[in-house]
Amino acid sequence: MLEITGLHVEFGGLHALNNLDFTVEEGEIVAVIGPNGAGKTTFFNVVSGMVKPTEGRLLFQGRSLLGLDPNKITARGIARTFQNVRLFNNMTVLENVMVSQHCRTRQRILDALLQTRRFRTEEALVRDRGKEVLGFFGTRLTGYRFDQPASVLSYANRRRLEIARAMATSPKLILLDEPVAGMNPVESAELTQLIGKLRDEMGYTIVLIEHDMSVVRDISDRVVVLDHGEAIARGTYAEVSANPQVIEAYLGQTTDGS
Amino acid sequence: MTVTGKISAIRGAGPAPAHRRRLLDQDWPRLLRAGAVLALGQVFIALSGMPVSFDRRLLIDPVLSLGYLSLLWLPLVVGYWVGREQVLEGMAAYTRGGRDVAAGAIAGLLGNAGLTLLVLGITHFDIRDPLVNWSPQLLDILEFEESVWLGTLIWPAIGAGTGALGGGMHWAGSRTSRTTVTVLLSVFGTAVLESVITDLTQGFHVEAVSDWLYGPKRGLTYPAAIAVAATAVGVMTGLAAYRASPARDGRTTRGNGAATVGGSESARPAWRRMPTRRAMNLVLTVAAIVVLPLFLGRLTNELLANVGLFILLALGLNIIVGLAGILDLGYVAFFAVGGYSVAVLTSPGSPRFDPEIPWFGALFAAMLLAGLAGLFIGAPVIRMRGDYLAIVTLGFGEIIRVLLLSDWLSGTFNGAQGITNVPGVEVFGLATVRGFEPRSVLYLVLVFCAIAVYVSWRLENSRIGRAWMAIREDENVAEAMGVDTVSAKLMAFVTGAVLGSFSGAILSAKVGSVFPHSFAIIVSIVILVVVIFGGMGNIPGVIAGAVVLIGILGGPNQPGLLQEFAEYKILIYGALLVWMMLQRSEGLIPNMRRARELHIDEMNQDVWLRAQAAADDAHNEGGNPRGGRL
Ligand SMILES: Nc1ncnc2c1ncn2[C@@H]1O[C@H](COP(=O)(O)OP(=O)(O)OP(=O)(O)O)[C@@H](O)[C@H]1O
Ligand SMILES: [Mg+2]
Repeated sequence: MLEITGLHVEFGGLHALNNLDFTVEEGEIVAVIGPNGAGKTTFFNVVSGMVKPTEGRLLFQGRSLLGLDPNKITARGIARTFQNVRLFNNMTVLENVMVSQHCRTRQRILDALLQTRRFRTEEALVRDRGKEVLGFFGTRLTGYRFDQPASVLSYANRRRLEIARAMATSPKLILLDEPVAGMNPVESAELTQLIGKLRDEMGYTIVLIEHDMSVVRDISDRVVVLDHGEAIARGTYAEVSANPQVIEAYLGQTTDGS
Repeated sequence: MTVTGKISAIRGAGPAPAHRRRLLDQDWPRLLRAGAVLALGQVFIALSGMPVSFDRRLLIDPVLSLGYLSLLWLPLVVGYWVGREQVLEGMAAYTRGGRDVAAGAIAGLLGNAGLTLLVLGITHFDIRDPLVNWSPQLLDILEFEESVWLGTLIWPAIGAGTGALGGGMHWAGSRTSRTTVTVLLSVFGTAVLESVITDLTQGFHVEAVSDWLYGPKRGLTYPAAIAVAATAVGVMTGLAAYRASPARDGRTTRGNGAATVGGSESARPAWRRMPTRRAMNLVLTVAAIVVLPLFLGRLTNELLANVGLFILLALGLNIIVGLAGILDLGYVAFFAVGGYSVAVLTSPGSPRFDPEIPWFGALFAAMLLAGLAGLFIGAPVIRMRGDYLAIVTLGFGEIIRVLLLSDWLSGTFNGAQGITNVPGVEVFGLATVRGFEPRSVLYLVLVFCAIAVYVSWRLENSRIGRAWMAIREDENVAEAMGVDTVSAKLMAFVTGAVLGSFSGAILSAKVGSVFPHSFAIIVSIVILVVVIFGGMGNIPGVIAGAVVLIGILGGPNQPGLLQEFAEYKILIYGALLVWMMLQRSEGLIPNMRRARELHIDEMNQDVWLRAQAAADDAHNEGGNPRGGRL
């Protein structure tokens, strides 16, 4: 589904990504791990079009993504969340998931001004789809919460809303940047389960960045380890966690307790 | 034992309760600072010439003129400010008590000592040269037309008094202070609105009311001022009593019908009732707006027409700045395009385009051209952010004016002479709207304001409106979420430009002429202040901002209610803008989404939870019989 070959990203001499090859098959859950500053978020930024690579090929469903604006890439079916939650804080919860259906809707300004049938049906659809997506997280984001500004949500709920907002773009591939960061173990376990459901029930393909190894272990089909912008290991969690290079680069530092 | 010991130790270390503090136990550096700021401010106001030029305008007949008011308000504000909350360990708390009053009084006293120094300075030294605005009348005013000694002594006393009043606002508790503010504002308002109220009473043939309210030399009479104040107090207490009365609650619940499941009943009507009440309010407001101009005289209608022109502009700019978050400092360009398109196409006085077309035809052309101008200005700046964008738009605003003024295009625009003889608006052969009939102009303006409100309202709640808001919140994320930011921003420019061109088109028909200097940068700035002052991104807020600011101060080239302000309004607009920015204030009527407070959320939560519980109950009741059958 996603084929990346020879990807380079440089920030003024710093090689954030270095000759990265990466493939994702449809229906997979792939975890990207690696120490801080390894280039994981940069990788997402490149795939979502927010950072232009200096070199490399990016194919999504056989078509190149290079040179496309982020909104065109979203329209192709790739949605993402952000590591440092970036919601539209002064918009309501429902508006957050309505606005991200922008590239799936077609109404024009005149439709809105004249309140045409097309406008009203589409608006109702957008609203319903928004509620449906929010309903995926139980009652946490529904009911009275629909009309609350996103800024009043709790941290965990903001993370959920970010995922809901990505879901609302009707993607084929979702990129989750540290989805459970800052959540307590219970919330984290619950969200892990939901991410599984995202694939099993919604049919999304998922790439996630995660520091929490228990989440990675529970959920991922494959793991790719980045260090200094290079993929130093790939394979199942078991394979990767036994790899001495990985242990040296990453696992040794953070999971020595477990 | 140790625990109590610790607690008492903590108590001892913490600040003593406010009421036990001695009055003079103050934060002296802060007081001195406030006093110095106040002194500078007062001297600045005095030397700017405001007291002299405002002195002719009486507010309350023998005692208070606008000139004296200009020297009174600042001590009040500073008095309030020095007594403000105290931050203890990161928590802001109001320390209520006599201490605030004393602080206010001291700051006021110190500050107004600046005026004393000024009086002494003026009488003992010749400072006429460096201070251009200084005039003998200023000295008269500062001395109350008595002696130097009165002048030097009385100002600190006045400062202490008003400062104490300001500081006392904290002490008095919210209800009393709110009442005081209401009283002051309503007296001030009635005095300022003199011409409008006189106009209205004439329209309704009850001149006696305004004759009684206002003295022969303008300004409220003594008894009238007291009556207004008393009415304000009465209304405030009445409202408070009404709010507190159980009768009100009783009535609303009775209105909801028999109480069944308490929770769901109180939940549902709260949502249901709102729209009908709002619809009623809307109908009443519209009716009032339609009927009122019939009873207003020329002056007031003229004033309101000007306000309306700025409402149009502000609504247009609100789409660009308030919704899409693009700081456009060159908005006047679209105003100019509207005005000049109509002037060139309709006036026989325009050098080119001889077949003159009717106004409505010209309006279409103006909309089209403004839309193009929006694209033209928008396209190059669309990729810019923040400061760069603001500066480039500022430049474009100037470019349009310079083009209108240029020799190169004087064949079309007539350079500095402008275009005169712009005919009025023929409304389908029914009526002609001309500048010397302010009422008809006002109706025309109102129609277009209604259109602008409708457009803003509909767009705000649509796909494009949400896209604009997302761009305002975080442009990169908006783009990553699939919003086509380039076209959405261009659309904001085009929509805002078209709304602004309406205003220009009406202006040129109203005034009958257009000149390049009517479209200077300052117009952009004033519109921006109106939008920010009213509340960015909020339609009622923007309208309120235009009514208050343009109504009272006037537009850049249009007089407001306080014509005495004419010389100073740019100063005031500037000061307002700086203040709004420093305070990060959200305006008169803040954007609802931003202002929603926590307790409203809690209330919603309650309502929702109760509704859920009720729904569950209902579900269980409905489910049980079936369960029995099975
Ligand atoms: N826009 C940018 N400009 C310059 N340098 C950048 C930029 N974005 C990222 N970098 C640098 O690239 C490197 C990789 O950053 P990246 O955010 O991808 O790391 P990460 O693997 O996501 O780390 P973390 O686990 O802390 O999120 C870092 O050294 C970072 O400083
Ligand atoms: Mg990262």
